[in-house]
Amino acid sequence: MAVVFERPKSLIDIPTHYCPGCTHGIVHRILCEVIDEMGIEGDTIGVCPVGCSVMAYDYFNCDMIEAPHGRAPAVATGAKRTNPDKFVFTYQGDGDLAAIGTAETVHVATRGENIVVIFINNTIYGMTGGQMAPTTLPGQVTQTTPFGRNPELAGYPVKVCEMLSTLTGTAFAQRVAVDSVPHIREAKKAIRKAFENQKAGKGFSIVEVLSTCPTNWGLAPLDAIKRLQDEMIPYYPLGVYKDVEEGVFPKTEGGVE
Amino acid sequence: MERKLMKGNEALAEAAIRAGCKCFFGYPITPQTELAAYMAKRMNKSGGVFLQAESEIAAINMVLGAASTGVRAMTSSSSPGISLKSEGISYIAGSDLPAVIINVQRGGPGLGGIQPSQSDYWQATRALGHGDFHLIVFAPASVQEMVDCVVKAFEKADQYRMPAMILADGLLGQMMEPVEFPEISATTVDKSSWAATGHKNSREHHIINSLYLKPDELEKSVIERFKRYEVVKQELHDAELYNTEDCDILVCSYGAAARVAKSAVNSARAMGIKAGLFRPKTLWPFPVQELQEASKNAKVLLSVEMSMGQMVDDLKLATNCDIPVEFYGRTGGVIPTPAEVLEQIKKLGGVK
Repeated sequence: MAVVFERPKSLIDIPTHYCPGCTHGIVHRILCEVIDEMGIEGDTIGVCPVGCSVMAYDYFNCDMIEAPHGRAPAVATGAKRTNPDKFVFTYQGDGDLAAIGTAETVHVATRGENIVVIFINNTIYGMTGGQMAPTTLPGQVTQTTPFGRNPELAGYPVKVCEMLSTLTGTAFAQRVAVDSVPHIREAKKAIRKAFENQKAGKGFSIVEVLSTCPTNWGLAPLDAIKRLQDEMIPYYPLGVYKDVEEGVFPKTEGGVE
Repeated sequence: MERKLMKGNEALAEAAIRAGCKCFFGYPITPQTELAAYMAKRMNKSGGVFLQAESEIAAINMVLGAASTGVRAMTSSSSPGISLKSEGISYIAGSDLPAVIINVQRGGPGLGGIQPSQSDYWQATRALGHGDFHLIVFAPASVQEMVDCVVKAFEKADQYRMPAMILADGLLGQMMEPVEFPEISATTVDKSSWAATGHKNSREHHIINSLYLKPDELEKSVIERFKRYEVVKQELHDAELYNTEDCDILVCSYGAAARVAKSAVNSARAMGIKAGLFRPKTLWPFPVQELQEASKNAKVLLSVEMSMGQMVDDLKLATNCDIPVEFYGRTGGVIPTPAEVLEQIKKLGGVK
C-alpha cells in the first residue's frame, strides 16, 4: 500500500510530555516538515528554552542545546557565529521570549542575527502551572491574576511582532496561528520562509505562533481553539509585520529603509 | 623568544588568541575593558569572533552556545559582571562544557569600587552559581603568569570538560610588565563525541543539556562529575613555596597581594625573622599538599589578602586546624603595603 502521510523524519517517534489538546505538537510537526523538505536536519542546531518545550531536545532529531530561561537567542548567537554554515533556530514560549529574555530577544534582532526564532504565544506560563505571561490578555484569569489581568496593576500585553518589526535588524516577522487547516498551512509557509531567509543570509526571522493551552486555560481542546479565534486573534492580528524582501515595513519605519 | 612590554588585560587577550580561543563575548566593565578592546582589534583579523553582548548574561550564554559546538570560547568581566554570569556558568558546568572565564576583580559588594580587590575568592571557589559543581580557578601573580594560565585554562577546561576561571585583579589587569609568549602548540581535544555541530545524518543527534527531571539520573550525573573533580584535585594543584624550608612564620598569599607579601618576607628575613611564603597558583583545587609541606615547621600562618580573609578557611582546612591562622588584609580596593605586612610578621615573630 502506498504511504500517503507519515511522520516527518526529523521528528523523533516517541511519546511527548505535552498535554492532550496542546498545539505544540502541530508546531513541532510543521517545523520538522520544513526541516525535512529542505533536507537540513544534519546541518541544523536547535536551541530549546525553559518552559513547556524545555524537553524538545528529545523530540527534534537535529543536534540540540538546552538554554537557560530566556537566553536561547544568546545561546543561538554563540552557536551561529561560530558555525555560520549551519541552520540555527530557537523554539521559545512567551514567558521565555518576552519576559525574562526580553533583552536577548531585542538584541538578537538588532544584530540581525541570521537565525530563526519560533515563538509560541499561548498567553500563559504553561510549565509552572498557569501564571500570567507578558502576553496574557487584559482581563484574563491566571493563577497570579486571579481577578483577571488588570493592566493598571500588571501592565499591558507585549506585542512581539509589532515591537520587533520596528528594528532595522529584523528581516522577517510574521504572526500565524494553528487553529485551523488554512492557518496551519500559512504557519508552515512562514516557517519555511524564515529558514529560507537564513539559508540566503537575510538575517533575523521570527514566526510568532498563536497557540493554545487547554490545561491552564481550563478549557476543553476545542473550546481552547475557539478562545484563540475569538479572543487572541483580534488582540494579536495575524499577518506579515515585516518582510524586507517583499518591502513590508511597519509604519514607524516607513521611509527609513 | 619575543619579549614585549604589555598591559595585563591585553596580555590575557593575546594569550587566549594564541591558545586557540575562537570567540570572545563580553560586556564593558572596569577594570577589564582593555581585554575586550584588544579582542575587538585582534579577534576578527585572526579569523575568530568578537561580539559585544547586550549584557554579561547574554555574553556568558553566547559562550555556552559556542562551547556547545566544540569551539574554544571565552568571556571576561569584573566582579559585579561575574555575579551576572553565574547563572550561565552553572549551566556550562551542568552541561559539561569547557569554557574560560576571566575575572579581573574589583571591590565589592554591590557596585563596590573599581580598584583592585580579591573579595571574590569565596564566589570563585565556593559558589559561582547554583548547584553541586566546581570550576578550575587559577590565581596568577604577574602578567607572565596570566599568559601561562590562560593557555593552561583552555587546555584543562577541554580535558576535563568543565569551566575554568582566571581569578586576576585590577592591579594585575592594569599593570604593565615584560612578557614572553611561548610558542604555543594549542593542544586540540577531539570533541566530536558530544559537540552539537549538526549530525550530517551520520550519527545520533547530540544534546547539550543540564536538565534531569528524574532525581536518580540527576544524582548520577552529579556523582560522575564529582569523580572527575577528584582526578582534577589530584592533578592540578599548584603553588609557589618561597623560603619555607625552615620558616616559623608562613605568610600565605596569592595574586597581587602575594607580591606585597613577598617583599615583606624578604624584609623579615633580612631582620633575621624566619618567614616564608606559600603562594597558591590554583585556588580550586586548593594546593593542600603544598601547604602541608610548606607549613611543616611553621608555628603560625599569616594570610595576607585584599579581602576580609576569604582564604583563611581553606588554610585551616588544609592544615586540619593544627596551626593557628592569623590574618592581615585590606579591602575595598586598598592595597596592603609591604611595611604593613612586615609589621604583622614582626608582631608574630615577637620582634618590636
